[in-house]
Amino acid sequence: MVTIRYAKDNFELNENQSVLDCLTGHGVPVPFSCRSGVCQTCLMRATGGTPPEISQHGLKDSLKLQNYFLACVCHPSADLEVALPDDDDIQAVIPATVKSLKLLNADIMHVVLECHLPIDYRAGQFINLFQNQSLGRSYSLASVPHEDEHLHLHVRRLPQGRVSGWIHEELRPGETVEIRGPGGDCFYIPGNTEQGLILIGTGSGLAPLYGIIRDALSQGHSGPIHLFHGSRDLNGLYLTGELHDLVQQYANFNYVPCLSGDDVPHGFAAGRADDVAFQQIPNLKNWRMFLCGHPEMVKIAKKKAFMAGASMKDIYVDAFNVSQSS
Amino acid sequence: MSEQLSLFEKIGGEAAVDAAVDIFYRKVLSDDRISAFFEGVDMDKQAAKQKSFLTMAFGGPHNYTGLDMRLGHAHLVERGLNDSHVDAVIEDLGATLRELNVGEDLIAQVAAIAESTRNDVLCR
Repeated sequence: MVTIRYAKDNFELNENQSVLDCLTGHGVPVPFSCRSGVCQTCLMRATGGTPPEISQHGLKDSLKLQNYFLACVCHPSADLEVALPDDDDIQAVIPATVKSLKLLNADIMHVVLECHLPIDYRAGQFINLFQNQSLGRSYSLASVPHEDEHLHLHVRRLPQGRVSGWIHEELRPGETVEIRGPGGDCFYIPGNTEQGLILIGTGSGLAPLYGIIRDALSQGHSGPIHLFHGSRDLNGLYLTGELHDLVQQYANFNYVPCLSGDDVPHGFAAGRADDVAFQQIPNLKNWRMFLCGHPEMVKIAKKKAFMAGASMKDIYVDAFNVSQSS
Repeated sequence: MSEQLSLFEKIGGEAAVDAAVDIFYRKVLSDDRISAFFEGVDMDKQAAKQKSFLTMAFGGPHNYTGLDMRLGHAHLVERGLNDSHVDAVIEDLGATLRELNVGEDLIAQVAAIAESTRNDVLCR
């Protein structure tokens, strides 16, 4: 008899029953629609055990790798522990020690964290960092597993930002914080190494992109990789030296710093990062896109990229939504 | 050959749906008659919904009921969804299949399936 575990409850799976039917039969409010493995409304995640391959059919690769599955077509032959995508308690809290804090520019702090327990993540995913039990914020990971020993975050100081203000003003190396994660599906999937990658980021949206680029390069990605990093003025850009070094090191990597303000010195592209990118590469058919940073930029660029020929399954986004309770 | 191929098989099955979904969604988004209904929606979720719609219209496996169709479109009917918009969707569907070199006889069958949902979609 196969058991489905959801939020500390164990349910027996009847023969020929789907995980969806089992859970909804016991009153778990799993949303669903087509009931035939197509519409993806009943998306769930296995937090223990492995979902059958057929229940992951049609999902984005980044979701498959994180054990997401469709409950309506999931008939596991072994026990499964499952959660809804929005369940907060999907991961345990991990303590981490602050190793270093260094300003990358006037507003963005490079935070290095040493986890007390191993954390299995992919460059470009995010973690939640907690100031206290009830106050946490999501920050994207700029570090690359196997390349970097610790976790790297780029924390932009927001006006009236409670957590970012605390990180910039009060947090000190040696202190221990609590994190939870990783989450998010904006990361590099190995394979299809000749595909072109376009990465567009604004502000600290560079954090996940910096991780994704180095991850792709270290895994031998051979197709062209174009990074468009945008800010209003020169002070907003950062890691320019490191990125120019990567350009020297890898012939297939191209870095285009973009300035949307009036003062655009030689060596920088004039305009918003997304506009510059779509001007330089108008036909996006067969390109893989990564869009990170300002939510409005991400939303507009996602639609533009799709209309310009990028396939929906090839567009990865990480919108930096600012908490309303800042 | 005694076995008859289903409409879904003739069109090319799930591979055909995969080929059609991006093309169809692009057409819908750039169709001024209906694009406003798609403003502000989550594009990934919408693409998945387009995929299940196409699967159904291509004669593929689905479990949609008339009630699902009504519940899924009631908020759009309130915003003025009417026959002209259903016409536009069916037109875009035909144009998508033409782009994929599907024959006119099969396109007519797909259009007929889409047509059969009209009253449920418009909640009448």
